[in-house]
Amino acid sequence: MRLILALALTHIRGRGRQTLVAVIGVALGVGFSIAMAALMQGGEDDFVARLVDTMPHVDITDEYRNARRQPAQDAFAVVHIAGLRPKDYRRGILTPTEAVAMLRAWVPGRLALSLKTQGVVRYSGRDVGIAIIGIEPQGEMKVSSLAKDFRQGSFTSLIAGGNNIVVGDRLAQRLGAALGTTVTVVSSTGQSRAFKIVGLFHTGTTARDEGEGYVLLKNAQILSERPNAINEIRLKLDDPNAAPQVARRAESQIGYKAMAWQEANESLLQALVIRNVIMYTVVGAILLVAGFGIFNIISTITHEKARDIAILKSLGFTQTDMRRLFLLEGVALGAGGSLVGWVVGFALCFALSLVRFELSGASVAQEITRLPLAWSIWHYLIAASFALVSAGVAGYLPARQAARLNPVDIIRGAT
Amino acid sequence: MSALIETRGLTRVLPAAVPVTLVEGITLAIEAGEFVAITGPSGSGKSSLLYLLGLLDNPSGGALAIEGRDTAGLSERERAGIRLATLGFVFQFHFLLPEFTVRENVEIPMRRLGKLGAAAMRNRSTELLGALGLADHLDKRPDQLSGGQRQRVAVARALANDPPLILADEPTGSLDTKNSGQVFAILDALVRERGKTVIAVTHDTEIAARASRRINLVDGRLAEN
Repeated sequence: MRLILALALTHIRGRGRQTLVAVIGVALGVGFSIAMAALMQGGEDDFVARLVDTMPHVDITDEYRNARRQPAQDAFAVVHIAGLRPKDYRRGILTPTEAVAMLRAWVPGRLALSLKTQGVVRYSGRDVGIAIIGIEPQGEMKVSSLAKDFRQGSFTSLIAGGNNIVVGDRLAQRLGAALGTTVTVVSSTGQSRAFKIVGLFHTGTTARDEGEGYVLLKNAQILSERPNAINEIRLKLDDPNAAPQVARRAESQIGYKAMAWQEANESLLQALVIRNVIMYTVVGAILLVAGFGIFNIISTITHEKARDIAILKSLGFTQTDMRRLFLLEGVALGAGGSLVGWVVGFALCFALSLVRFELSGASVAQEITRLPLAWSIWHYLIAASFALVSAGVAGYLPARQAARLNPVDIIRGAT
Repeated sequence: MSALIETRGLTRVLPAAVPVTLVEGITLAIEAGEFVAITGPSGSGKSSLLYLLGLLDNPSGGALAIEGRDTAGLSERERAGIRLATLGFVFQFHFLLPEFTVRENVEIPMRRLGKLGAAAMRNRSTELLGALGLADHLDKRPDQLSGGQRQRVAVARALANDPPLILADEPTGSLDTKNSGQVFAILDALVRERGKTVIAVTHDTEIAARASRRINLVDGRLAEN
């Protein structure tokens, strides 16, 4: 076997330029697919990270997944109800203290309570409808990504108490208000209170920057005339991937609808799957082309080496030896190409990681972003093994042909 | 003891629309220690017979036994094994592997056989090539040698595994008179001094005349001399 390897390596070395072309072909295939995979995976990770970061991992709201069953439906086997006018249930999560205590007992992560209600902010004759969210600042800071997005002030400014509000910078802009301005907030129940702006945030999402205002939970309860009520519990888990299980358990425990981030973004995650399929197709195509390169060079070597095959066979080499010889040459080219390809892939990834973008939209500020890249040993291993397999296949077909050559035909042709 | 090579009605027909008969009904026995010259006009099937005897080609009919062993029904691997250990080939063109040195070319059959260690193979290749006057060219490539030198390397390679039988196909066909004489002398010495058996296809009447036995072929059949 070592002899066959020595023969294979000598053949490859003897064809310097062709070998170089084949190795470069494979290397580029492997390198580009690594870079491509790193970019796609990085983009996906980055996207999911942003998604997961900005959203609560599990969102429990004061809704039920199914309409409430009528007592008659429980009492009788067959019921037909027509013209039903459902009873007005009290909104909000009932017995919030109890629910929160139950969740705190087992949920692996942090949780925050809030009361979300609709209202209008009024200042200098301008009215803007917003969602008024009552929060507990300490809890909120641990759960919400908003804490990082403050331009001025912070959630802590709310802690001091009093009628303070934190709004998005775009909202302030629309109102013509600034930090320290006192605005009037009118709730849907008609309550009206003056609030001082003590913080401005900028998330980059217009809907939030223009349509959210954060006040103390107590103030929100007063505005909506619902003392002690909350209507949302948001969980931030230590492991975002555990969200579906946690959501299921929470829902069965307290009865309210608990939605994991995966469920809330199902269509987006499906789109990612499609993206992955496209990525692997493209990467596979690149490697396939590289495989044809190997096929080409092994075929050429086989033809050029027909005489050597005849000689070796006359010396007592078997068909199996010949098949191994050329198969080995293909695999050796694939392996060499893979190694160079790893370097190319690494270099490409490194170069891409240096690229900086300035994203300037209509927003106030410019954001500087780097390309998201995922480093994974798997990208390298998968690309290399694909290259090796295609090199093996590309080498096998000419190898089989080489093994079948009848030495007599060649010896006769030469003499 | 049976003959080294024995054939009975050996026939080779190339299948085609009009089948071409290369050799037909060859029955002969060659004993160990003979120097056999196969002669005949070109196209008479000399080389075809040699390829059949050397297991490079498969007969269409008849029987062939080497060292008393019937070769019909042997697998490709077994035939390769016989070529490796029992037969040594010398062709009209040297047929050395161009990328390997003279010494490596001689050692390739030894390495394939795998009986000797690295040091023993080195000794043997040095000895073989030295005996053929190539001691100064061990590490040269074939293309750095003259035609006669290359043919001597080919002889050394044929002897690498110390086979009892050497098959030569026009071994001096592409050499000048001086080199021809040298190569012939080497083959002759193999028979006389080392007890080898040589079967050489040749149209060189001088060589044929000096062989211990001549087999004349005409139109693929044995002709009575």
